Amino acid sequence: VAEKTYLQAISDGLRQEMRRDKRVFVIGEDVGVYGGAFKVTLGFQEEFGPWRVIDSPLSETAIVGGCTGAAIMGLRPVAEMQFADFISCAWDQLVTVAAKQRYRAGTPVPIVVRLPSGGGFSGGPFHSQNPESSFAHIPGLKVVCPATPEDAKGLLVTAIEDPNPVLYFEHKHLYRRIKAEVPDERYTTPFGQARIHREGDDVSVITWGAMVWTADEAAQQLEGDGVSVEIVDLRTLVPWDRKAVLESVRKTSKVLVLHEDTHTGGFGGEIAATIAEESFEDLDAPVKRITAPDAPVPFSPPLEKAFIPQVEDVAAGLRELAEY
Amino acid sequence: MATTSAIDVVMPQMGVSVSEGTITKWLKQEGEQIAADEPLLEISTDKVDTEVPSPGEGVVQQILVQEGETVDVGTKLAVIVPAGAEAPAAEPPPAEAPAPEPPAEPQPPVEETVPEPPAAPAQQPAPAPAEPAPATDGAGEKTFVSPVVARIASEHGVDVSQVPGSGRGGRVTKKDIVAFVEAGAPTKASPEAEAPAAPPPAEPAAPPTPPPAEPAPTPAAAAAPPAAAMPQPEAAAGEILEPMNAMRRGIAEHMRRSLDTSAHVTTVFEIDLSKVVAIRKKLKPEYEQSYGVNLTYLAFIARATIEAIKNWPWLNAEIRGEQIVTKKYVNLGIAVALEGGQGLIVPVIKNAEGLNLLGLARGIVDIADRARNKKLTPDDVQGGTFTITNPGGWGAIIGTPIISQPQVAILDVEALVKRPVVVQDQSGEDVIAIRPMMNLCLSYDHRLVDGAYAAQFMKELRENLESFDESSY
Repeated sequence: VAEKTYLQAISDGLRQEMRRDKRVFVIGEDVGVYGGAFKVTLGFQEEFGPWRVIDSPLSETAIVGGCTGAAIMGLRPVAEMQFADFISCAWDQLVTVAAKQRYRAGTPVPIVVRLPSGGGFSGGPFHSQNPESSFAHIPGLKVVCPATPEDAKGLLVTAIEDPNPVLYFEHKHLYRRIKAEVPDERYTTPFGQARIHREGDDVSVITWGAMVWTADEAAQQLEGDGVSVEIVDLRTLVPWDRKAVLESVRKTSKVLVLHEDTHTGGFGGEIAATIAEESFEDLDAPVKRITAPDAPVPFSPPLEKAFIPQVEDVAAGLRELAEY
Repeated sequence: MATTSAIDVVMPQMGVSVSEGTITKWLKQEGEQIAADEPLLEISTDKVDTEVPSPGEGVVQQILVQEGETVDVGTKLAVIVPAGAEAPAAEPPPAEAPAPEPPAEPQPPVEETVPEPPAAPAQQPAPAPAEPAPATDGAGEKTFVSPVVARIASEHGVDVSQVPGSGRGGRVTKKDIVAFVEAGAPTKASPEAEAPAAPPPAEPAAPPTPPPAEPAPTPAAAAAPPAAAMPQPEAAAGEILEPMNAMRRGIAEHMRRSLDTSAHVTTVFEIDLSKVVAIRKKLKPEYEQSYGVNLTYLAFIARATIEAIKNWPWLNAEIRGEQIVTKKYVNLGIAVALEGGQGLIVPVIKNAEGLNLLGLARGIVDIADRARNKKLTPDDVQGGTFTITNPGGWGAIIGTPIISQPQVAILDVEALVKRPVVVQDQSGEDVIAIRPMMNLCLSYDHRLVDGAYAAQFMKELRENLESFDESSY
């Protein structure tokens, strides 16, 4: 078992699937000759050739539209959006065509759209967003947000196997920052099964993606004060593991929902509402949300820091709940 | 407030389930000097009677709650002005004030009697709409009850207002109520339990015909404000009326609740204490001389009881919800009557299973002394797992004691009397002999303990006493 970065885990998982299954191919802007903006597909074209590692025109609509057609014809495309932000260009292909095809015609659309997302490096408003909740709202799409290298590989393999369009949000700030042991052999990580990142008794944090690590640091701070924090990493938002969340709520009765996406309409609202509906009598404090504010992501490093939930923000929120 | 240097004395929290206390005696009067930790007053709560030490050094400037009054935990009782701090000008020099004069400003209710800063304009016309609330200073206000706390409270029949809160603003958190329930705290706490004592509502008694569609008022709603002035009953000719003190109310509530909770059965065993009498006769002077400990029969009985509990653990147990909780330790409660019928208190000897005869004898003397001298701490009266009560000293021969909740058994020790009994002589013939006999009465909770189980426990207890071996205890 080798230690790998989050980025290597994605790359290795994808390569493994391409070696295993000839139907799997990659398409995106600069994924071939250049090896991808973040080098996830570096060396892929040499190994699999230009017909399986396709440099596309600068058109997300074309990429997703092409993938949908190829999937209907029996292939297993894995598209890369250079930045998750650009997926808005492919909205119609995804939401109107890919998401509805199975319902309208009974045809599965097994596509994966890889979405390098998230901020933390002054990428500004076009290169830092976390648009997962927009797509979680669309029936017919699945939404995956791995937080660890092991999950990055396992969830990618599951996404490729899945007969539905899957949006695979890979957080750019985790690419080279997070390293962990990743099994070499092929494995799948099931959708809809949360991972208890950290067990605790006093307060639960429900989160996903890069915020798992922000929560983890905050939890370590609070441990010194005798507050025991449980972190539930959802792993996938569609489907999401209500059972695990409600179990944690029953245990701690105090909940912080944390995401890097902006506040209004963020997926945290869905989680908070579900807790209120199904676990009201388990609550010992109001459900708290910590999110980015309703604003574009700023370029300026200090402003971006103020925008994205930081460890101190989460620690303060947790303290507030613990003291409630 | 110009009282930054003044120290407030408040009604202390004496144990988790105690919500109020009664001032029994002020040991210092207004104007008197007091040192830090010097006893300032005596209070009585439903758990313990105790002295309250002064939180600081200075002069007792003001006494806000008079003897005999009962107030909530946290209520301000007195103000102490530290030595050297400037006494407010409005007050007469407190030094020689002999009698506890009423506070200088007689009109306003006791509410906020902290003296105004001297600079304040003369007699502001009460700026705040000073509510005619009882003498609390707002500390004990009810706060928000969260959904989970409400659910746990209703599942366990706990009155949330009885649970001490550690959350923001004193809110009762889930942890608080879980700890309260796990500590075996009284379900149905006092205010509710007192409700039945209130005179029936003035409405005409409901005739047997059911009222129309209107839903009946829930009992919970009826229990709302315990303070809502109960009309004072009046003494008829030849009657004397006196208020119950906190301890009496506590006993009344607990006894009633225990009978409502446990299925009480009492079984009585006759014990021949010849052997114990002989051993005690021998050991008593030795204990007196070597250890200064009075060796009582109670110590023997306690020792033999603890031995018997080892084999009959359900007598040292508790019913918690649907679970049977058996304790691996014996926290032995010893009922101590206070003088003059002033009440009863059950201090606990913790981990009595680890004490030999001497240790138990010493423990019993210690807690009985401290109970009578009001030196018990809240800890001393909590956590009992089995209780012994001892009215035999006054000649009682049979009793059916009430179990101390949440325990499941209580042993009643009756008078030691010489009686003619039939025994066998050396040749196996029946003869009548004079023997020191004692009845031991065990009340047990038949919900958990069946008759055969209780009888077998008592049989073993009798054997332990009749064959008491001093070396093994």
